[in-house]
Amino acid sequence: MEKSNVQPLDKIPAGTAAQIVSIEAGTGLKNRLASMGLLVDVGVRVIRNDGAGQIIIHVKNSKVILGRGMSHKIFVIRV
Amino acid sequence: MASSKTLQNLTVALAGNPNSGKTTVFNALVGTRHRVANYPGVTVEKKEGRCHHSGHELNFVDLPGTYSLTAYSTEELVARHFILDGQADVVVDILDASNIERHLYLATQLMEMQVPLVLAFNMSDVARAKGLEFDLKKLEILLGVRIVPMVASKREGVNELLDAIIETIESPQLTPTSLQYGDEVEEELSLIGRAIAEHPEVVGAQYPPRWIALKLLEGDKEALGWIQDAAIQEVINKSREHLKEIFGDNADIIIADRRYGFISGACQETVKDTVQARHDISDMIDRFLTNRYVGLPIFGGLMFLVFYLTFTIGAYPMGWLESLFGWLGAGIYNAWPQDFLLWMRSLIVDGIIGGVGGVVIFLPNILMLFLGIAILEDTGYMARAAFVMDRIMHKIGLHGKSFIPMLIGFGCSVPAIMATRILENRRNRLATMLVIPLISCGARIPIYTLFVAAFFPEHMQGPMMWLIYVIGILLAIACIQLLRKTLLKGETVPFVMELPPYRMPTWRGLLIHMWGRGWMYLKKAGTVILLISIILWVAMSYPKPAESRLAGLDELQQQNVTLQHSVAGHIGRTIEPALEPLGFDWKIGTALIGASAAKEVFVSQLSIIYSLGDSEESVDALRRHLREDYSPLQGFCVMLFCLITAPCVATVAITRKESGSWKWAAFQYFGLTVLAYVVTLVVYQSGRLILG
Repeated sequence: MEKSNVQPLDKIPAGTAAQIVSIEAGTGLKNRLASMGLLVDVGVRVIRNDGAGQIIIHVKNSKVILGRGMSHKIFVIRV
Repeated sequence: MASSKTLQNLTVALAGNPNSGKTTVFNALVGTRHRVANYPGVTVEKKEGRCHHSGHELNFVDLPGTYSLTAYSTEELVARHFILDGQADVVVDILDASNIERHLYLATQLMEMQVPLVLAFNMSDVARAKGLEFDLKKLEILLGVRIVPMVASKREGVNELLDAIIETIESPQLTPTSLQYGDEVEEELSLIGRAIAEHPEVVGAQYPPRWIALKLLEGDKEALGWIQDAAIQEVINKSREHLKEIFGDNADIIIADRRYGFISGACQETVKDTVQARHDISDMIDRFLTNRYVGLPIFGGLMFLVFYLTFTIGAYPMGWLESLFGWLGAGIYNAWPQDFLLWMRSLIVDGIIGGVGGVVIFLPNILMLFLGIAILEDTGYMARAAFVMDRIMHKIGLHGKSFIPMLIGFGCSVPAIMATRILENRRNRLATMLVIPLISCGARIPIYTLFVAAFFPEHMQGPMMWLIYVIGILLAIACIQLLRKTLLKGETVPFVMELPPYRMPTWRGLLIHMWGRGWMYLKKAGTVILLISIILWVAMSYPKPAESRLAGLDELQQQNVTLQHSVAGHIGRTIEPALEPLGFDWKIGTALIGASAAKEVFVSQLSIIYSLGDSEESVDALRRHLREDYSPLQGFCVMLFCLITAPCVATVAITRKESGSWKWAAFQYFGLTVLAYVVTLVVYQSGRLILG
């Protein structure tokens, strides 16, 4: 896996599938994300990303709204 | 209830993710017969209800909806304590069968706690429609837990669930499988397990030892607090560091990963997806409803519809209630024996019926508003609206969801403050709660219509009304920003929220939703408002003037003299010097004291001061009097002051309840009063300078 392919989730356009590579967040937040199914190696699909504001993603059969700041801390590769 | 000998009192805790349909299941089990309270010491709502099944009495406790059972949020701690402290004989975990992998995550944590457990696969009809097929027998064995498929909205599977609950308590066939987390983690678990086994005095010894070891390894804040022994702490730290070295991540994340691993393993063998994964129709609806161009207009349109229906349809029952209270008051007044305890007649008619009635007549509006909001919530639209509104709300330092309580605030502050419960972040919630009274509620409309029509020509009346509403909104925004930068400072918590799937709401659910909130409002009217109404009645009726002063006066004039002579009248005169810089005199001051019970009382107080009744003609007469006594600037300042000043008693009481302390209620009360004074002072004085 090339390092250059890794992007923060907020840079992924709507309609694109991606796989989580790392999550750079504090313990509490990481845990919260994990409980909603967001973990390393998990596949997600971006449903809505307007380039500003919150984004909506699809993960493990459910939809999750992520704040922009939050989504900037989730690093993914496109698949 | 046939044989009371076998009747046992069993407590069943309902756990589940938000959006698992937990509330629907709870309603299907116990119906409307439930009590709402708070868990001790925290402002987390606790719903309880009973039902009878084959000779057992089951007491259901609805735990807060959570995704997991860590120590990071109050809700999760509340849920896990209820379970761990053995308060439940059995735990029922409610899962969305159409989204089983994610929902089983909570189930694995309940399994770790080694409690008697039943899984309810709710919405199994949706799962079937999605093409999911379950081998439930096999899944039961893999998890070691009874599973009951159900469709709570259609009350399917309720009896089966009740049977399974009783079976699990009386003759359990299965024991929850002990999850394995892989050699490395297991090794550290047994090291920690051994260390705490040597110290049986460790708090929490009544909990399953493996669970304690797991929590310690995860670095659970609460569990770590139980360990005072430096040697054990050392073992824990070493284990956590060791795992971090191997996996490059914290132990809790590794363990979470293993839980999902276990789940996906179990599902692979037992869940068959017969339909090719497709981007379902809900994605398309989402793309439309959350679109950056049409999303906001759609939301605006829906909100307009809700408010329009609330106030047009709600106006009829409101009118009936008004007539009912009027008829009741007049009936008692006329039927009262001559010269018999006249003060009591006045207390009942003017104080109690007038005061409580004035609040209760808003009930239809509130019920309608809550029905509308319940529909938007239960269909899943509200979460989309929160997304749409987030762009705007974010700029003022709040999350998108804060708009819901603010919107309700246009109807009434009391349900609006109750609605702040949907905000998870406490600072966010408090800030919203404190500024809600600045949103002009329905009770202020009578004041505005009186003054606007009295002082402004017809073409100015609409814009004036609009202006006063906008001032309220702008002040609310300014106050939120100020609060978020001072008292309620704190990082905006990174935002993560699940978008619930679209669902058809059930009438039963909607009605229970609506009535639950309406009932809280009524209870308030029956308790706090009743009490304050009596106090205010006393303040406005006593001390009585001498008989001789009332002689020869008609009834309206008598009322006037009595009010002037009363405590309220005296206070009104006493505070006159303080109100003078605002352009107010003692008459406005006295009316303001009455308005502290409920804002609309302001108008009826003014009528009494001017010795006028409350018929249609006398409203015109009142306007004439006001025009004679005050300038348009003064009239505007009265509206401004009424908009901002201290909220009504019902709002104070609900703020105290929802914030959990008198401190915040007092802060809101005095803070807004000071703000009202300052703003009105500035407007009046600068207005005088400009207008000459």
